[in-house]
Amino acid sequence: MSAAAHLDEEDHGHHHKETFITKYIFSQDHKMISKQYLITGLFMGIIGIAMSLLFRMQLAWPEQPMGIMSALLGKWAPDGVMDPNVYLALVTIHGTIMVFFVLTAGLSGTFSNLLIPLQIGARDMASGLLNMISYWLFFLSSIIMVGSLFVEAGPAAAGWTIYPPLSALPQAQPGSGLGMTLWLVSMAIFIASSLLGSLNYIVTVLNLRTKGMTMSRLPLTIWAFFVTAIIGVVSFPVLLSAALLLIMDRSFGTSFFLSDIFIQGEVLHYQGGSPVLYEHLFWFLGHPEVYIVLLPALGITSEIIATNSRKPIFGYRAMVASILAIAFLSTIVWGHHMFISGMNPFLGSVFTFTTLLIAIPSAVKAFNYITTLWKGNLQLNPAMLFSIGLVSTFISGGLTGIILGDSTLDINVHDTYFVVAHFHLVMGISALYGLFAGVYHWFPKMFKRMMDKNLGYLHFWVTAICAYGVFFPMHFIGMAGLPRRYYTNTAFPYFDDLANINIVITVFALIAGAAQLVFLYNFIHSIYYGKPTEQNPWRSNTLEWSAPIEHIHGNWEGKIPEVHRWAYDYSKPGQEEDFVPQHIPLKEGEEELQH
Amino acid sequence: MTVLLILTVLVLVAISIWQITKIFELSQPKKVNTQVADDDDNRWNGQLMFAFLIFIYGITLFSFWKWGDVMLPSASSEHGIEYDNLLWISFAIIFFTQTITQGLLHYFAYKFRGEKGKKAFFYADNDRLEAIWTIIPVIVLAGLILYGLYTWTDIMTVEENEEALVVELYAQQFNWKARYAGDDGVLGDANVRFLQDFDGKNLVGIDATDPNGFDDVVVQELHLPSGREVIFKMRSQDVLHSAYMPHFRAQMNCVPGMITEFAFTPTVTTEEIRQTDAMRAKVKKINKIRREKSEALLAKGEEPLEPYVFDYLLLCNKICGASHYNMQIKIIVETQQEFEKWMNDQQTFAEFIQ
Repeated sequence: MSAAAHLDEEDHGHHHKETFITKYIFSQDHKMISKQYLITGLFMGIIGIAMSLLFRMQLAWPEQPMGIMSALLGKWAPDGVMDPNVYLALVTIHGTIMVFFVLTAGLSGTFSNLLIPLQIGARDMASGLLNMISYWLFFLSSIIMVGSLFVEAGPAAAGWTIYPPLSALPQAQPGSGLGMTLWLVSMAIFIASSLLGSLNYIVTVLNLRTKGMTMSRLPLTIWAFFVTAIIGVVSFPVLLSAALLLIMDRSFGTSFFLSDIFIQGEVLHYQGGSPVLYEHLFWFLGHPEVYIVLLPALGITSEIIATNSRKPIFGYRAMVASILAIAFLSTIVWGHHMFISGMNPFLGSVFTFTTLLIAIPSAVKAFNYITTLWKGNLQLNPAMLFSIGLVSTFISGGLTGIILGDSTLDINVHDTYFVVAHFHLVMGISALYGLFAGVYHWFPKMFKRMMDKNLGYLHFWVTAICAYGVFFPMHFIGMAGLPRRYYTNTAFPYFDDLANINIVITVFALIAGAAQLVFLYNFIHSIYYGKPTEQNPWRSNTLEWSAPIEHIHGNWEGKIPEVHRWAYDYSKPGQEEDFVPQHIPLKEGEEELQH
Repeated sequence: MTVLLILTVLVLVAISIWQITKIFELSQPKKVNTQVADDDDNRWNGQLMFAFLIFIYGITLFSFWKWGDVMLPSASSEHGIEYDNLLWISFAIIFFTQTITQGLLHYFAYKFRGEKGKKAFFYADNDRLEAIWTIIPVIVLAGLILYGLYTWTDIMTVEENEEALVVELYAQQFNWKARYAGDDGVLGDANVRFLQDFDGKNLVGIDATDPNGFDDVVVQELHLPSGREVIFKMRSQDVLHSAYMPHFRAQMNCVPGMITEFAFTPTVTTEEIRQTDAMRAKVKKINKIRREKSEALLAKGEEPLEPYVFDYLLLCNKICGASHYNMQIKIIVETQQEFEKWMNDQQTFAEFIQ
């Protein structure tokens, strides 16, 4: 890598004196930035999950006064009963925060930043400055999103997809006033942050790999982050354009998405626009977004499953090929969110075809994970449990995709709780498991200490049981025909027999919420009081574990290690140890596996 | 107050977890606690993995046994039969795959749990295996795609014809209206610009310059004749709505500024479906729940709930504002004679605006 040649020279560790501000706040070091992303993401996660518990309680015990509602929501829950507008606001902000702020920025931001330079053998990201700006834009957008919760009329409430005209007309609902403006501004800044981050990841992976680190020797984590960044760069700008056009419609009287509207006793001037256009623009990002969330999680688990199985990941080439196939297909399936939007039914046929194709690379990945476990020597660390849990929810949630991706079957389950159950399992829970797995696995690298394993086990088992306890019964509510985003289902006596299922789901959700406190406690406690770590606690092959425990600018003292093999030489015959790190040269007579 | 209490409890729980871990650590014999899984951890977590597999199978069976009856009854429309077939085929494939893959995943996690000194089997690749689990999904999916697309084209091809009944479904925050074409069988032109004409009596904005509109009938109850194709033309006056008729396997968005279409043939009248065993059992169950609720309400001195009688539902299924959850219109499916009799009693647009 000639571009990085100067970085290959001896690194003397200390470039310049650092103040508190340059080290902890406006840091340009990728390791510090990754911690900033993680902690901001976790903070947003607490808000997002707390919101879901509140509206789950409303669904289980509708119209019953609850002290916690009036305490947390104040005037938005008169007499302890949540207001319907507030319910919609909560589901909207829950979705937005979880998808973008936790599972995009919190997951990808944390681990791409931490692992890309460390695993490819680079001193830092290609541009530390852009990286720092990317984080601070994310921070700013988080502040604005959280700030929108304190607006008089409430935050955005049009669903996380904010379809116009509901989101465009302040007359349509209270949440479409200032709250929606703040949502759009926050998201615009978020997208800028995400683009800066992604460009940086792509450039770094392409240009700053250490000597010997060919693309075919990259760990699967890096492949996943790299491809995710490409999807982000391709699709996020389209959401930005949708947001800008919506801002125009809202504030400057244009008619991109609006036409023939009569509301509050008034005919509005809008002519010739179409909400369906917005839906296309939104889902052109919205669907790839699912994979922006999921691929990093799959990359993380590929690494963790191989390391903890003490076996090479099965079918490295097929894994890379399926990441690429998923990435490509993800950009041409957005229409499956719009089968019944009024678009031409022929388009529906095309999107059904491309959508169901995604099942093929997904199946390949699932089978490869399972085969990696076969005849392994499984080290069931908390990170490993969460990785196995991910494969389980990825399968359970993914399989119902063949119903939702089929335009015919979508007709009757579209926008019901069946969809809610499907996507929470396949992307929500799976990606959260990926996040947890990553935190348990790389905590020693980030904080120089170990997390407590027993609390980790408690966290996993309670969460795993509750995740199925919440989302498995939810499929039945969907099959009963109950639409999502209903404040209560008491308006239709037909759904009265769903009340018990709703209570079961909410109780599991509350327990799951409590289990996350165990994680938070473990996380914070271990930062200060955890056992000090060894250099390579999981006996892993990737380069980050060859870097010193103490964080230094430039990652390695002296030269950056050279890479001589792929990342998965676990239990290789003829070796004494059951792992051979990437920077160890081939022994005499040893052949590199042709993978 | 409640919050304070909850916070106190949470703090206490946190402190006790902290203390328990401390006690646990101190009580351990002085072995190096590295926080990396040892043989004990591998054993009990491996066993739990196996137990978890049983949990997954168990919750599946339990849910079907306990809640299977909440699922929609078989379809009340012609294409719905086809829909249900495809659905159950898909479900069969899902259950088969789910049972096998979850079984393998969790069984392997149990069976190959780590032990000191054991060495894993170095097995990096096998092109034949990869080919097998690429090709099998390809074949299964090809079948599903073909069946699905065939049905989709069948459902979505709406052809105007003499026999079909044309009904406009009109959505607004937060109610539905239906407009029938009247004797001429043609819906008059309409636009939201005309809503304020005739002192607000022009409920769906019929264009008074179009002669086809005067015999149109606007109602707040949807009557459909059984056995005759109904072509729905959907409109919305304000935001997106979605007309969802789960029992007929029918749904289409209502989009301001455009007219969307969906067509189906209802096959089971309201009277008929009320008499089916499945529906009787369901209504009985619901009424039992409602009676229990009513007793509680009466005890508090409030109005009891009315007993429930089944009617077909039309739900709004696109988030549309505060009362999205309560946007209703009753659907009545009846015989052609009953339908005609009902229709004769309705006022036409011309009569209504007099």
